[in-house]
Amino acid sequence: MSAAPTIPPPFDREAYLRMSLLRLLTCGSVDDGKSTLIGRLLHDSKAIFEDQLESITATSKARGDERIDLALLTDGLRAEREQGITIDVAYRYFATPKRKFVIADTPGHIQYTRNMVTGASTASMALILIDARFGVVEQTRRHAFIASLLRIPHICVCINKMDLVEFDAKVFNAIQSDFEKFAARLETTDVTFIPISALNGDNVVNRSTNMPWYTGATLMHHLEHVHIASDRDLINRRFPVQWVIRPQSAQHADYRGYGGQVASGVFRSGDEVIALPSGLTSRIKEIRLHDEVLEAAFPPMSVAITLEDDLDISRGDMLASPYNQPNATQDIEAMLVWMSAEPMQLKKKYFIRHTAREARCIINDLKYRIDVQTLSRDAEATQLALNEIGRINLRTTSPLFVDRYRQCRETGSFIIVDEATNNTVGAGMIIER
Amino acid sequence: MAARDYILNHLAILEAEAIHIMREVAAQFERPALLFSGGKDSIVMVRLAEKAFRPAKFPFPLVHVDTGHNFPETIAFRDRLVEQLGERLIVASVEDAIASGIARDDPGPTPSRNRAQIPTLLHAIETHRFDALFGGARRDEERARAKERIFSFRDEFGQWDPKNQRPELWNIYNGRHRPGEHIRVFPLSNWTELDVWQYIALEDIDIPSIYYSHEREVVMRDGQWMPTSSFMPAGANDDSGKRIVRFRTVGDMTCTAAVESPASTVEDIVAEVAAARASERGARMDDRTSEAAMEDRKKEGYF
Repeated sequence: MSAAPTIPPPFDREAYLRMSLLRLLTCGSVDDGKSTLIGRLLHDSKAIFEDQLESITATSKARGDERIDLALLTDGLRAEREQGITIDVAYRYFATPKRKFVIADTPGHIQYTRNMVTGASTASMALILIDARFGVVEQTRRHAFIASLLRIPHICVCINKMDLVEFDAKVFNAIQSDFEKFAARLETTDVTFIPISALNGDNVVNRSTNMPWYTGATLMHHLEHVHIASDRDLINRRFPVQWVIRPQSAQHADYRGYGGQVASGVFRSGDEVIALPSGLTSRIKEIRLHDEVLEAAFPPMSVAITLEDDLDISRGDMLASPYNQPNATQDIEAMLVWMSAEPMQLKKKYFIRHTAREARCIINDLKYRIDVQTLSRDAEATQLALNEIGRINLRTTSPLFVDRYRQCRETGSFIIVDEATNNTVGAGMIIER
Repeated sequence: MAARDYILNHLAILEAEAIHIMREVAAQFERPALLFSGGKDSIVMVRLAEKAFRPAKFPFPLVHVDTGHNFPETIAFRDRLVEQLGERLIVASVEDAIASGIARDDPGPTPSRNRAQIPTLLHAIETHRFDALFGGARRDEERARAKERIFSFRDEFGQWDPKNQRPELWNIYNGRHRPGEHIRVFPLSNWTELDVWQYIALEDIDIPSIYYSHEREVVMRDGQWMPTSSFMPAGANDDSGKRIVRFRTVGDMTCTAAVESPASTVEDIVAEVAAARASERGARMDDRTSEAAMEDRKKEGYF
C-alpha cells in the first residue's frame, strides 16, 4: 500500500469562484480524430482519472491496439464501443484553473443531424474538425451550417492531422481560405482556425514545435480565453414564470413568488413589468434566491420574483418590460429540424412547448426544405423526414410570447411533441413573429 | 453597470440550471419524489430544492431506499436533516422487500444489496405512483451516464433504453408520459465531483461525518480498504487494522471502499479532490464487476 497520504496545498477558493463555464459542441466523424482530440484535451488537462485510464488501456490491449486509444474515453455505450462509432450525444467535462468546460460530443454523420442539433442548442462554441488531407468536405459545410442555424456564437475550426501533411502552412492556408469563402454566407462571425495534431498533441494543450509558422493560440488557450460574456442579451427583459411559490403557512401567508429563469435582460427591484397574457402591470418588489435578497437578476439566473401588486399570474405567463414586449402570437414562422423516423405531417396536430408554456399546434405550410448536403432549397418539398430541416409556418391553439431566435435563444426556441407517442419530434427556431 | 458585472461563475450557472430543472418537474408532474441516499449529491439536491421552493414546502417527499447495510452515521444524518427541513421522508426498506419476496438477497462472500435495491425501488414507485424521481447522478461519474438525458424516460418496467432517448434541447424538458411510465430526473447532470465539493464548501452544507477523516477498522479486499462491519467481518488471515480514512462516496458498508486521507474539513476535501488521481466510482466495488456494469444495471432500473 502507498505511503501515508498528505493533504495537497489548499485549493484557492477565490480562484474557483472566478471560474467561468463554456459549453462547446464537437462535431466530426470517427475518421476526423474527434474522439482522439477530446481524449487529448481530457488527458492533457488531467481530467482523466487513473482508473479510467487503466480501464481503456486494458480495452486497447484486448483489441490488439498498439497505443492507448484515447477515443475509448468518450465512447460511452457498449454497442458503440463494439462498433467503434459514436451514436448519440455524450457529455464530457474538464476544467482548467480558468474555466470549466462542458463538451457535447456528437457524431458527425448525416444520419445523426438531430444529435448534433441537440448538442448545438446549448453550446457557445462549435469545434469543427477538418482532416488536413481532405480539406473542406461536404460534412464540414453541414456542420458549419448547423452551428450557424443554432446560432452558436463562436466557431473554432481545428485542422487536424497536420502531421500527415508534413505540417505544411500552405495546406492550412488553403483550407482556411476555402472555409472562409462559404462561411461568409453564415451568421456566425467569430471563426478561428488552428492547425493541430490530436494524436500527437500539437497545438492542443501544448504549443507545437513542428509548426513555427503558426503564431496563433493553442486550442486550449483559445478555449480558456474566448470572450463569451457579451453573448447574452441584457437589454430585452424576459422572465417566463415556471412555478408559483405559495407557502401554505401563517408566517408567509401573503407571499406569492414567481419562480423562473431569466431568459434575457436585467431585472431589478422597482422595475416596472408587464405580465403576459393579462397585460396588467406592476413593479418588482423583491428578487430572491432562497434567503438571499438580490439586487439584480440576469440570464441565466433562477430566482423568485415578488410584485407590488397581487396579479393573477400562473405557470406559462411571462414578465417583460412594458415598453419592449415579446410578440404574443398564434402564428409562427420558424426553421424546423425534424427528429423522428415518422415524417412531419402538415395539418396534423402536435403539442408545442415553448418556455414554460404548452399548446397544441398545426403545421400549415412547408415553405422549403434545405438539402443539408448542398445547402440548396427545395420549394417543392411537402414533408420533412428524420434529420431534415425546413422553413415552416404553424398555428397554435393559444398565444405564445415569442422573440426571434436570433435575438433570444430561450424565447425564440420551441419543441414539437407527438401526441400519440409523447416523443420530442421537432426542434424549432423562430424567424418571424 | 458594465456587462462584465453580469457574469455568473460556473457554480452559479450549474445551480441556476438545477433549480430550473427542479421547478419544471414540480410543474410538469403529479407525484414527483426526491431519491435521498444520504450521500453528498442528494444532500446538494436538497439544498437546491430549498433554493427552488422556499419559503414554501417542497412539492415532493424525500424517498430513501434503505438497504439495511447503511453506515449508521448516514441514517443518523438523514433523520436529523429531515427534522430540520420539516419535509416528508418515505423509507423503502430492502429488508422488508426481501422479507415479502419482492427482492432477493445476493448470496456470496461479499454481500451486496445493489440488485435488491432495484425491485425495492420499483415497488415503491408503484405503491406511491411516483411519476418523476430526482436522482443525484452526474454524467462525469461513468461512461454510460455521459449519454443520459436530464429527463430520462423509463417504461412501465422501469427500464432505460439508451438507444431510444428523447432529444433534449435548450432548457425545454419534455416530461410527457403515459400512466405507469415515469421519468428519472438528474438536476446535477452537468456537475463534476469537484463542482459538488466546491458547492458544499461555498454553501457551508452539512454532510455525514464519514466523509471526513477518521480512524476506522478496515480490511483489505481486492486492493481496497473496506470498512469492517457485521456484514463484512475481517477474517484471521486478512490484512486488516485501524487506519485514518475517509469515504469519497456513501453507499452500502459492503461496497464502499475507504481511502486513506487526513482531510478533515470541506476545504481539505476540495483540495484533495482537485488533486485526485483515482476517480470516485473506482471506490465502488459494484461498478468494477465489468466494464458495462453500470449500463446493465441502469437498463434494469437502477438510479
